[in-house]
Amino acid sequence: MNPASPSALPQPLTTSGSHNAIEIRNLSHAYGERKALDQISFSVRPAEIFGLLGPNGSGKTTLFRILSTLMLPSSGDAAMAGLDLRSNPSLVRRQIGVAFQAASVDVKLTAAENLRHQGHLYGLTGSVLKARVQEMLSRVGLAERAHEKVETFSGGMQRRVELAKGIMHQPSVLLLDEPTTGLDPGARIDLWQYLKILRDEEGVSILITTHLMEEAERCDRLAILHEGKLVALGTPAELKSEIGGDVMVIEAFASEALAAKIKSRFGAEAKLIDNKLRLERAAGHRFATEIVEAFPGEIESISISKPTLEDVFIRRTGHRFWIERMDVETKKKH
Amino acid sequence: MSTITTAVPHPQRAPLRSFSAYADLLLPAFSLWLREIIRFYRMRSRVVGVIISPVLFWLVLGSGFGSSLRGPAGGGQHYLEYFFPGALIMIVLFTSIFAMMSLIEDRREGFLLSVLVSPASRSAIVLGKVLGGATLAFLQGLIFLVFAPVIGVRMGLAQVGISVLAIFLIAFALTALGFTIAWRLDSTQAFHAIINLFLIPLWLLSGALFPLSGASGWIRALMLANPLTYGVEALRAALFKSSEATSTGLSVPLSLGILAAFSVLMFAAALLMASRRRTLPA
Repeated sequence: MNPASPSALPQPLTTSGSHNAIEIRNLSHAYGERKALDQISFSVRPAEIFGLLGPNGSGKTTLFRILSTLMLPSSGDAAMAGLDLRSNPSLVRRQIGVAFQAASVDVKLTAAENLRHQGHLYGLTGSVLKARVQEMLSRVGLAERAHEKVETFSGGMQRRVELAKGIMHQPSVLLLDEPTTGLDPGARIDLWQYLKILRDEEGVSILITTHLMEEAERCDRLAILHEGKLVALGTPAELKSEIGGDVMVIEAFASEALAAKIKSRFGAEAKLIDNKLRLERAAGHRFATEIVEAFPGEIESISISKPTLEDVFIRRTGHRFWIERMDVETKKKH
Repeated sequence: MSTITTAVPHPQRAPLRSFSAYADLLLPAFSLWLREIIRFYRMRSRVVGVIISPVLFWLVLGSGFGSSLRGPAGGGQHYLEYFFPGALIMIVLFTSIFAMMSLIEDRREGFLLSVLVSPASRSAIVLGKVLGGATLAFLQGLIFLVFAPVIGVRMGLAQVGISVLAIFLIAFALTALGFTIAWRLDSTQAFHAIINLFLIPLWLLSGALFPLSGASGWIRALMLANPLTYGVEALRAALFKSSEATSTGLSVPLSLGILAAFSVLMFAAALLMASRRRTLPA
């Protein structure tokens, strides 16, 4: 057991004897009077992609700052790679790689110079550094533009340099703050593929913050934050399964009459929204067939979809995801 | 060492590096220093400004004052001559301070964040940034020193040595001071306000513009309390061969000693500022 690791933290959950990548216990943070984080607890397992989903102002930027060792929390504990954030910031820093939303690349330097500098910060020199710079540049597809100034690059290419910076020193935990902001769809797909390679082939644990549902869907597990509180934790499938199966939308020639018939025949509660019937039902495809067969000629169209994370968010918080919190977030950022 | 290796959660991802003072302090400091230099020479307008502006400034201001004032130090010294060390220090001051404006930009652009989350020690960050700014200011001071023969200054090796040392110490101290001020600021506007309120008076009251001998009362007290005064006077003594004693009454080595102590103090202040971990955004 590592003597530097805090005794206050419980034993890791994994059986392999290694630590959880990130362990957060009762973490709270306040900026003056305003509470940004309220008693957050969760852990990120080794080699998983963990999403931190929340609307603007939910506290995810604050949490990101604390985890990246830029700021101490008001109370509570956090450990990365088994090392306590409060007492061991310098050891934690060796283990983590961070890519910020505000690009930290120096645009006046070339791509290779940026990486060389980054390597120096992590103690890499000589042939090891040289090889690593080459390797990183070709991995993110920038080998041919290694000696051009970053300011001549497109937004997507700059993000790739940013990512290469974050993984130069082979961190065991990678923290990414809104990594796909400003990327075109193709570049987003590339990034995600690359993150999966890091996870699968190198066992890197990745924490990613996002306010995009589709991105959260791609994570192995995720935590949903709302006004500084953890409102949901689990795999995207688990979270959505609490919705009660599939979401069905039925257009009928006589909606209300059909709703009554569905209730008396199948005992399912259908709600009328925008002249369409909506109902939550497990195994929706089978149920759809049953309905169509039971009421021939009465149904115009029927659609079945999986519940989305937005449905989960609405269910847990009673709020819509996109509420006007932009002012809070911008004030907080700088 | 063993504590570090056992802390690695994924044994197959052993760190690429070993841990040492070199890796944690000197290498990151060197890299940050190099970045300052590279950035500087990539900005062409800055390079040109470095050479033109000090000379222009000294000629215009020196000649302007010169026609209305005689050499304030008495004797036949032209004001252009008296003002030479003052103008040199002013150039160093401006370059040092503006170099540290890059700290605010680094923070705003996000570059500083990636440095702060790296294992590079805070002393490495302070040392690299301060030495980077100090190097630029020092070089600018040296370029200006080359013009000394134009006003008839003949310097021996010892005088050159003293001048170079004084310029470097002043550059270092002022850059460290700039770092200390800039660390907490989040806008260059706020920095400008502090420059006007604090740094310009520091220069005005250093004997750069008018001599200590002519000042009286509280102005004189302020000038004697200003560490920069000892730098200006040491430089003046070296240039005009009055190396026995400066107008502060202290010898040149003692003046340089005060300057060195000031440098160390400013560096310590910068380090203290940067080492604090706080519950506010870094």
